[in-house]
Amino acid sequence: MNARTHPVPEQFDDPVQQREAATLGMWAFLATEILFFGVLFAGYTLCRVRFPEAFAEASRHTDMLLGTIETAVLLTSSCAVALSVREVQLGGRRLATALLGVTALLGISFLVMHGFEYYAEYQEGLIPSIHYTQQGVYAHGMAIFYCLYYFITGFHSIHVTIGVVLMGVMGWRTWHGAFDQDYHTPLELTALYWHLVDIVWIFVYPVIYLVGRAG
Amino acid sequence: MSTVELPLPRSYLEEGFGLRSWLLTHDHKRIGVLYGLGITFFFFLGGLAAALIRWELVTPAGDLLSAETYNKAFTFHGVVMVWFFLIPSIPSTLGNFLLPLMIGARDVAFPRLNLFSWYLYMVGGIFTLACLLLGGVDTGWTFYTPFSTMFSNSHVLMAVVGVFIVGFSSIFTGLNFIVTIHTLRAPGMTWMRLPLFVWAMYAVALVMVLATPVLAMTLSLIGLERLFGVGIFDPALGGDPVLFQHFFWFYSHPAVYIMILPAMGLVSELITHGARRRIFGYKFMVYAIIGIAVVGFLVWGHHMFVAGQSMYASIVFSILSFIIAVPSAIKVFNWTATLYKGDISFDAPMLYALGFVGLFMLGGLTGLFLAATALDVNLTDTYFVVAHFHYIMVGGAVMAYLGGIHYWWPKITGRMYSEAWARFAAILMFFGFNLTFFPQYILGVEGMPRRYHEYLPQFQVWNVLSSAGATILGVAYLLPLLYLAWSLRHGARAGPNPWDATGLEWQTASPPPPHNFDVTPTVTEGPYAYRR
Repeated sequence: MNARTHPVPEQFDDPVQQREAATLGMWAFLATEILFFGVLFAGYTLCRVRFPEAFAEASRHTDMLLGTIETAVLLTSSCAVALSVREVQLGGRRLATALLGVTALLGISFLVMHGFEYYAEYQEGLIPSIHYTQQGVYAHGMAIFYCLYYFITGFHSIHVTIGVVLMGVMGWRTWHGAFDQDYHTPLELTALYWHLVDIVWIFVYPVIYLVGRAG
Repeated sequence: MSTVELPLPRSYLEEGFGLRSWLLTHDHKRIGVLYGLGITFFFFLGGLAAALIRWELVTPAGDLLSAETYNKAFTFHGVVMVWFFLIPSIPSTLGNFLLPLMIGARDVAFPRLNLFSWYLYMVGGIFTLACLLLGGVDTGWTFYTPFSTMFSNSHVLMAVVGVFIVGFSSIFTGLNFIVTIHTLRAPGMTWMRLPLFVWAMYAVALVMVLATPVLAMTLSLIGLERLFGVGIFDPALGGDPVLFQHFFWFYSHPAVYIMILPAMGLVSELITHGARRRIFGYKFMVYAIIGIAVVGFLVWGHHMFVAGQSMYASIVFSILSFIIAVPSAIKVFNWTATLYKGDISFDAPMLYALGFVGLFMLGGLTGLFLAATALDVNLTDTYFVVAHFHYIMVGGAVMAYLGGIHYWWPKITGRMYSEAWARFAAILMFFGFNLTFFPQYILGVEGMPRRYHEYLPQFQVWNVLSSAGATILGVAYLLPLLYLAWSLRHGARAGPNPWDATGLEWQTASPPPPHNFDVTPTVTEGPYAYRR
């Protein structure tokens, strides 16, 4: 199909082996990511068991509307990148590039919305050690909640930022015809990474925004 | 057909001689050598700190080092030896060099990532050295909160950043090994034909990939807590300092297996060669390696028997710690059974291997003392613990590492070392080691606590013996540095297989050509096909 075949690095016998290796490498990397975030979620779980009321109270100070829109935006972006991979597999290029652009833009809008959230929280005095004005019985427990909130969402936002950059690079390469039906491993693996970032957010959303909002 | 004159294959060492050809290399063999240079440097640096500690402890009074300097000395010793020597020692040097050779591959799966991991190791090392030059860190290598986050006035942040960076080097090495073993095995190299060293590398890579992120994240939390003064370990907010210990040991106990599993794999190679026999119970050895790696994730709580952990948690962790002794014991029995009716030669690698088995056994058995909750309350934070883990890490891992360096030295350099000197050093090391650390068991049982720069006069005899042993041990460690360096120029040339050993790595030239094999080998039988 494609005469301009992708050169296989010398350690591999053929493109199939290279593809297997790259894919397995990505999955192993995603396993480490789960453990990175796992520490934060484990810390969250333990602290929430210690301070259930304070965590519920702190959660009510978060912006549920923005959080929900962010969730919708990230899920849509994951759909876009999945469609882009499918498009490349079918031989398309223009639509695939456009879909990657959409993914990147949705990622950026996610970050911007999060920036607004942080700013509102700063004004409300919810940032421990920088500007924290909460008083009352729950003040300490809420400080712990907000420490975790900034660790988790900050670390997640770093991942989104890296993802946006990767989407840009992949869009550039797709547009210039680097991928086709036979060779599109980097694009596929970038999409895999983006899905992980998305899945992590699916766990972040309930534990940060929805806790304490029942009833 | 016209015959084409093939040029003689150049070795990987002759592929380029400039600094550039080394610093930008993608060759796993060269990266292994680069790692070897790095860890040797850090080994002697950490050794200097140990020398200071032992020197201080010759007399009961704290006269040589102030309490603060002493704290910095043992912290530096711990940080350097754990993260910059022991963890990368066997996997990153010998593993990098040998893994592709042993499975018949041309390189690891991701050569650039491999080089990058070496650079991360060096950058992490520079941070740690900078921390030392700025005045050091005094928290102990464990960075326990809240001391490390609130009270210590030393350069905790710098040290934490150094360890954080070197953690990524280990993650990338592990990731590379997993993918390499899965995808790049030569035709016929089935899983049950892998040499045990490769199995050990596989298990250790799994542990590195799954445990190290927890350390990295925990250290980040420490760093942020120190920077901003609040965090989830902060007792002033009602946070939990013991949570830090859980996270830390969730990495650091598996890290013990990162140190010892490669040694176990390596010793299996040395013993089969030294006894010229197949390994006894190959499948059991494989299952034991995997068993240790898996159960190793479930025993971290035995570091916290006195830290206010629930009694029921302690009981479970205690039972699991006893269980993990079973696969370790299987390995010791199988090594011994391999020797039975073997054609044993006492060359230097074999002396190291036999030393390993004995010292590992003593370290492992005293580990059972510490796994018993009641006895552990007595022994926690005494020299008994210090002696126990040094038997595993120095008596075990370092002996195995040096045995491996000797065994594969002809393959790496193409030269033979001086056998007489090597045997002398191995024996000296064995005696020096026991003289250093056996007295510490006795000190621990008598109740001498660790991490103090002064002690009661009644402990002096054992401390003097220990320091004398440390001097002998120091000399024994310097010897290989000298005679191995000498052999680089003056050693006899080694053929492809000077030991008459089995294994794919011995089927190619010494030193190997850049892409390891002229023709990809096809494997038709299991490892260790010695005469009997």
